[in-house]
Amino acid sequence: MDLVLNAMVSIAFDGLSFAILLFVISVGLSVTMGLMGFVNLAHGAFAMVGGYVTVALMTHAGMPFLAAVALAALGVAALSVVFERLLYARFYGEDELKQVLLTIGLVFMAVAGVTFVWGPNPQIIQTPDYLTGQIDFGFRKFPTYRVFLIVVGGAIAAALFFGFDRTRIGAQIRAAVDNRQMAESVGINVGRLFTMTFALGSGLAAAGGALGSEILGIQPTFALDYLVFFLIVVAVGGLGSVRGAFVAALLLGVINNAGNYLYPEASGFFIYVVVIAVLLWRPAGLYGKA
Amino acid sequence: MSLGSLAAAPILTDHRVRPLEAAPWLIAIAVYFVLPAQLGLATQILIMILFALSLDLIVGYAGIISLGHAAFFGAGAYTVGLLSKYGWTEPLTGLLAAAAIAGLIGFGSGWVLLRTRGLTLLMLTIAVAIMLHELANDLDTITGGFDGLPIETDPILGLFRFSALSYDNQYFYALAVLFLVFVLVRSTVYSPFGRSLVGIKESTTRMHAIGSPVHLRLVQVYSMSAAIAGVAGGLFAQANAYLTTQVLSFGLSGDVLIMVILGGAGQLYGAFLGATAFLLLERQTELVLGTEFPYWQLAVGTALVLTVLSGQNGLLGLAITLYRRLRGRTS
Repeated sequence: MDLVLNAMVSIAFDGLSFAILLFVISVGLSVTMGLMGFVNLAHGAFAMVGGYVTVALMTHAGMPFLAAVALAALGVAALSVVFERLLYARFYGEDELKQVLLTIGLVFMAVAGVTFVWGPNPQIIQTPDYLTGQIDFGFRKFPTYRVFLIVVGGAIAAALFFGFDRTRIGAQIRAAVDNRQMAESVGINVGRLFTMTFALGSGLAAAGGALGSEILGIQPTFALDYLVFFLIVVAVGGLGSVRGAFVAALLLGVINNAGNYLYPEASGFFIYVVVIAVLLWRPAGLYGKA
Repeated sequence: MSLGSLAAAPILTDHRVRPLEAAPWLIAIAVYFVLPAQLGLATQILIMILFALSLDLIVGYAGIISLGHAAFFGAGAYTVGLLSKYGWTEPLTGLLAAAAIAGLIGFGSGWVLLRTRGLTLLMLTIAVAIMLHELANDLDTITGGFDGLPIETDPILGLFRFSALSYDNQYFYALAVLFLVFVLVRSTVYSPFGRSLVGIKESTTRMHAIGSPVHLRLVQVYSMSAAIAGVAGGLFAQANAYLTTQVLSFGLSGDVLIMVILGGAGQLYGAFLGATAFLLLERQTELVLGTEFPYWQLAVGTALVLTVLSGQNGLLGLAITLYRRLRGRTS
């Protein structure tokens, strides 16, 4: 009995930390897709670049871990605005095929780019001493780093929920997702709003890519390997819904870990059965507008 | 890719055979005599043209974006592979079985998936393909998994033997299959059925309004496309006499979509140009620059971004534009 309980706690805990990470990386994608209907397959590339920049800042500039993550997130957010203005903005409202191809092209360029600069081998972020080891919660010990991930990710999620539901900007975003023309006609500058959320989403993705290096790794194929996971979170959660992205990430994280733990040889299969079932039941996602 | 005004693009509406259309086939026959050492690569190109052609049918004509078309290529390949494993090694019936199985999977999944649009549809095509990929990996006692599955094939019609050393027979076999399927696809896209697909792509609402059975049409073309992809996969398995779960991979789904787009979607011959350019450039890049650094990936990524930014409909679209400009100046 103890064994079963122990296993369940492990699955829930590891699943939760993985889920929080997925949420932090994917939520920006969900909101921007909901706002502009832009299929951005390059979102994972921003997360990947965040990881690489963090490594560079730590090894070459000797910055401490948390400062490096924050600076990398800011840098990637700024970079993403350049891409958004120069490339993406031309294709708003265009057909999805163009958006898919443009952003897949960018993913390939990013994958090649980081290989040229950092080589094909995975990079390792040296976690600071205070985040290694385990924390004893009385009834069980948990790895400190994962606890840290859950706390930080949880705080980010809470801030996003609050911002989305309770602030003026959040209300504007919700209005624009619901009905863009109406939002514009009451004077909301949707274009600027979009650039801002795009930057925020990319910055969060970069932070997620850096913070998650222990779980997801930092390697050139990152942008492709996890692309499908990020898309699942968006599609299953529903476009433009922070709550949906959270629930979907939680679902995906826990099912993925449960599958890995219980049926390691068929875990991948499992996830896609659930994804297909959910999308057939609710084509617009759990919290999406049909 | 927006098709612009249909009247401005005779290749889309005029079904008569133009003399220029003989060119790809003449080139293919010439390759046999001029480049006998390259027939292995040439056979792969023919197979990928067939695969790209199948995808173009749904992307270029019906406007369904799929990032999971390898599901059907792989299904066809494994149909041939498993038939051979359990003793059925006749090639032509093998291809028919590949078409049937892949077509059935296409019909079953299409019936359900094609009720959705946009990102959801894209996600579902990806999910189906990855699910099959995972399944093939999980059932590695049957499929051979990563290690692969060797495939035996009888001589075609009892006459032409496949050889691992020279690709002579494989090449003409693939060319003949490609030609037959191409004739079928060509007559399909110029048929009323094909026109109604373009109608759905241009405006689903209007097609509903004039009473066209939109869902049924989409399922039909999706099944047809899946069956053709299955034939391509079956050919791939037979020609290479070997198969791994790579045939179901997400990477392959992406590659074939890129081929269609680079060549130009919805213009029949885009698949020919796209697949040929893709495979030749890939081979050349790796020969010249090596595989140590991902020059090829950089080139493909850049090419895609430039294609989309240029607003041209792939290489074929570019060629047509240039030709028009040239002619406009001289006359």
